[in-house]
Amino acid sequence: MSQKRHILPGFRTSVGGSILWLTLIVLLPLAALIGKTASGGWPHFWETVTDPQVVASYRVSFGISLIAALINGFFGFLAAWIFARYDFPGRRLLEAATDLPFALPTAVAGIALCALYSESGWIGKLLSPLHIQVAFTPIGVLIAMTFIGFPFVVRAVQPVISELSADVEEAAACLGASRLQTLRRVVLPPLLPALCTGIIMAYGRAVGEYGSIIFISGNIPYKTEITPLMIVSKLEQYDYTGAAAIGFTMLAASLIIVLIGNALQSWGNRFRKSV
Amino acid sequence: MASFIDFRNPPGSDSRADRLIRANSEPLWVRRILITTVLAFFIIFLGLPLAIVFQGALANGVGVFLRTFTDHNILHAIEVTLLIALIAVPANTLFGIAAAWAITRYSFRGRGLLLALIDLPLWVSPVIGGLIYVLLYGRRGYLGPWLQAHDIRIIFALPGMVMATTFVTFPFVARSLIPLMQAQGFEEEEAALTLGASGFQILRRITLPKIRWGLFYGVILCNARAMGEFGAVSVVSAKISGLTNTMPLEIEQLYDDYLFPSAFAVASALSILALITLVLKTLAEWENRRQFEAGQQALLESTIEKPAS
Repeated sequence: MSQKRHILPGFRTSVGGSILWLTLIVLLPLAALIGKTASGGWPHFWETVTDPQVVASYRVSFGISLIAALINGFFGFLAAWIFARYDFPGRRLLEAATDLPFALPTAVAGIALCALYSESGWIGKLLSPLHIQVAFTPIGVLIAMTFIGFPFVVRAVQPVISELSADVEEAAACLGASRLQTLRRVVLPPLLPALCTGIIMAYGRAVGEYGSIIFISGNIPYKTEITPLMIVSKLEQYDYTGAAAIGFTMLAASLIIVLIGNALQSWGNRFRKSV
Repeated sequence: MASFIDFRNPPGSDSRADRLIRANSEPLWVRRILITTVLAFFIIFLGLPLAIVFQGALANGVGVFLRTFTDHNILHAIEVTLLIALIAVPANTLFGIAAAWAITRYSFRGRGLLLALIDLPLWVSPVIGGLIYVLLYGRRGYLGPWLQAHDIRIIFALPGMVMATTFVTFPFVARSLIPLMQAQGFEEEEAALTLGASGFQILRRITLPKIRWGLFYGVILCNARAMGEFGAVSVVSAKISGLTNTMPLEIEQLYDDYLFPSAFAVASALSILALITLVLKTLAEWENRRQFEAGQQALLESTIEKPAS
């Protein structure tokens, strides 16, 4: 595959067309983002991205996302396990429903979650006698971020569970390992990279998420404001360089997250081949 | 709870094979607990949000629900949403086919970069997808003064909304075609070439039929995202009801104005779209897997036959 393949026609059209399209849609606007960030100068950039209100939004966007990603890691792993290993009525329905957060528009998810957890909502009504408020608190943000990231872990882990060969587990059982020992020493290690990849992907999605969060969060400054919302409010004040500075910071953070995810994935692939 | 019995491990039999299966799986009570836990998670996190949308839409009766869709502003929002999807989805389908063709058929410098760029919108915040266009075309953006002098409006108007939607939706077709075309290889295309077919004939008669389910899958996902996009479009839209509101933006406005039944009615329309998307997507996945397995079977049989001939 490494040698040049120019036998089939269409090289110029397909490669040229793709590059032209990406230049117009991605590269040019991205250059504008970098240019605007630079045009504000370093002191302005630093002042904008370390503004206390913006820093508080990092805690929500990057901190609560992490908790949501770990929750998804747990439930996503369980779901992937039972989809791959158990047979039960309704399994295919649940499998298809896993991708609902991908398919449902974020604004729809946003108002649905808000209605569900508000004090008169189906779940909010049950929680209010316990003095647990979800809507317009960080817990609400957590719920929305959990919703949006759920499919990633299932999609990352399930194919790897299906690929595991039964012989290794049988061998472990024959050699006298208990089921728990087999799970801990034989089954879990090859799944770990895929699980980490799924968690990182869910994390990356939750960090950038906007539509499904802003309704249930109530957007309370210093408490439930997310970083994408800070970009929106800068733009509403026509502060383009400020918006660009925060946007650039988020872009860099997301890039780091995705690079970690890719590194984990290639680590996992190497692991899969050696098994 | 009897419905949770694992059919692979029927009770009452105790052969050696069964004991081995049991050593290879969790005890029945553990399995039941795990399935119930996952089921509860699905109901709370996925089922209830979907249910409350339809409950909210029909709370004041079917009449009110149907009357929502005679409202001028809501009809206009549906029109805008369809129009944006009608431009963005075909454009990204063409791009997706070209990009997948380029990436799977040739090796060239910058191929890795092209692949990385295709993935970009999947990990970037949708708000940034709107922001970058504002910075380029907005009033104080790089091209703003020139556009204003020529009386062209991109930001806070339809062109900007189409661009932002195109940005967030372009990975889907390319992403679903690349692994498929990689797995299929291109022997048939090469055979057609030696028989004198032109590039366009190869694409139309060989490649497109081969990839049709993967293409269908990508187009469906692309369309669902295009019609449902909120973050990117909300940044570049003026958000004026009856003028530049898409359905998701109209939902936000209705909700903020406490017009809950109308907000949920529009939301229910988009939820139905999401459900149809899920069904079609699942069908495409099954079909894809079936074709893949049939292909593998054919490959297996041909390699078995070879030594004999």
